[in-house]
Amino acid sequence: MTLSAYFSSLSILNLFSRMPAAVAQGIIWGLMALGVFITFRLLDVADLTVDGSFATGGAVTVMLLLAGWPAWAALLAAVVAGVLTGLCTGLLHTKLGIPVILAGILTQFSLYSINLRIMTKANQTASVKKFGMFWEAEHHGGFLLSSLYIPQAIAAGLVLAAIVVAVLYWYFGTEQGSALRATGSNPAMSRAQGINIDRMKVIGLGISNGLVALAGGLMTQYQGTADVSMGRGAIVIGLAAIIIGEVLCDAFFKKGCNFAVRLLFVLLGGVIYYAVMVVILWLRLDPNDLKLFTAVIVAAFLAVPYLQGRAKSSFARSKKLGAREGGGTKC
Amino acid sequence: MLKLAHISKTFNRGTINEKRALQELSLHLASGDFVTVIGGNGAGKSTLLNAVAGVWPVDSGSILIDGENVTGMPEYQRARLIGRVFQDPMMGTAPNMQIEENLALAYRRGKKRGLRWGVTQAERGLYRERLATLGLGLEDRMTAKVGLLSGGQRQALTLLMAALQTPKLLLLDEHTAALDPGTAAKVLELSDQIIREHGLTALMITHNMTDAIRHGNRLIMMDRGRIVLDIAGEEKQRLTKADLLARFAEKAGVQEETDSVLLS
Repeated sequence: MTLSAYFSSLSILNLFSRMPAAVAQGIIWGLMALGVFITFRLLDVADLTVDGSFATGGAVTVMLLLAGWPAWAALLAAVVAGVLTGLCTGLLHTKLGIPVILAGILTQFSLYSINLRIMTKANQTASVKKFGMFWEAEHHGGFLLSSLYIPQAIAAGLVLAAIVVAVLYWYFGTEQGSALRATGSNPAMSRAQGINIDRMKVIGLGISNGLVALAGGLMTQYQGTADVSMGRGAIVIGLAAIIIGEVLCDAFFKKGCNFAVRLLFVLLGGVIYYAVMVVILWLRLDPNDLKLFTAVIVAAFLAVPYLQGRAKSSFARSKKLGAREGGGTKC
Repeated sequence: MLKLAHISKTFNRGTINEKRALQELSLHLASGDFVTVIGGNGAGKSTLLNAVAGVWPVDSGSILIDGENVTGMPEYQRARLIGRVFQDPMMGTAPNMQIEENLALAYRRGKKRGLRWGVTQAERGLYRERLATLGLGLEDRMTAKVGLLSGGQRQALTLLMAALQTPKLLLLDEHTAALDPGTAAKVLELSDQIIREHGLTALMITHNMTDAIRHGNRLIMMDRGRIVLDIAGEEKQRLTKADLLARFAEKAGVQEETDSVLLS
């Protein structure tokens, strides 16, 4: 296929038609990114539990749906399960002294087996046809969102996201939420102010993974299926969303912005991340390369603040300026 | 107010780096005592303060603050009794949080942190008033991130935070050592003022002998994990730097060590 044939085969209309679905899924990834934000930015720890807890949320949701639970109750149970995975990582870290990254990897690793136990096999399907949507009278308590009803899925996602952002904004403004932020900002100072930082870390990891599992449950409803490997790479997607959101936030608000706005930008970061993925697929690049693209994007955005700093102050720059002023390299 | 009875602490026990940092140390502070602590590097000054603060458990002995036995309490539980300012100006405040948020954290030292608002409107008035006493203009920047402040400003803020919830005991660990001379003098002056105003009981480590003599009502000198000199009252007021050097030589009995011990 020649290059011109390739370009003429791309339909911009086709891309537009894919965007609503991208937004709907992006909101779900954005919710997950808010969970990652709590550990990565507020608690200042890299928690790798999320790859497992995302799938746990999906697994719990799908099994409870199949058992006849209403979708909202299944989601709540998924959140509880997610909180438990976070507590597990937190206790491994604080009570047994395992570095938090390793603790997260251990929990995530074990969750693979646990998720298989929950689902009894590698994937389970709860189809919309059988359960219906919550607004259909005959399916009282049916799905909250589904890929079959994209506009409604976006609406439901936005409502949930608004609730989550509001609750997080409130919580991190409370005494306990402030103590949690202080723990991430300066642990020594926090202890001196009477804050039990181990407790705060466990609480933070719990809340974070509860949110991640909520996103996993929503994704299961959206796709109608849960898979044991659905959370693979979730941490990278979460980081991508956070970083995209922060870069945009800094670009829009030069003087820094309100905490609620920061949360909204993380959510937006999730949407943009997923929209970019859809564009990449639209360009007919091999879907197998998606994870490579994601990693490259995250690495690039993570490098931006460092490279910006380097541009202002680096040995290479000093050398160049020094050479200009000194007029030579020999003295 | 503070009663230390025979506390000992050895680091790296049983290794080639074994360090007996505190040896059967006993100390009794009356309420309102402002004690300056001097001694050479490795004499155990910071170890003494960390033992009182509960950074780690002591090997033996007991620690009582205001009659309460805190020997078995971790740092965060003792914090309700103790205000602290560290040597590193970066250590005492949370850089990613606002000035008022930092003060609010200190205002809740030793209290239960629940789901009420982290900073209330009523408190802001108090914080503004207290910040104004520093004379640094921080009262007009209450929502600025603490990370934007200079070392001296952060140390002054830490001092304010340490006394915001009147502590039974104030621990100052060379808190002016990292500041330039002008700022150091101001922060020291401020420390004096806060201790006097609230009638605090305080322990202040310093490397500056003149400061140690000028401030406080009592002076202790440490060497190799012990208190080797304890001067109070009128005797302390009449104390000169030369006296101090002589007294130490007499106490320690080793003339050559004087310089290394009194490094200042």
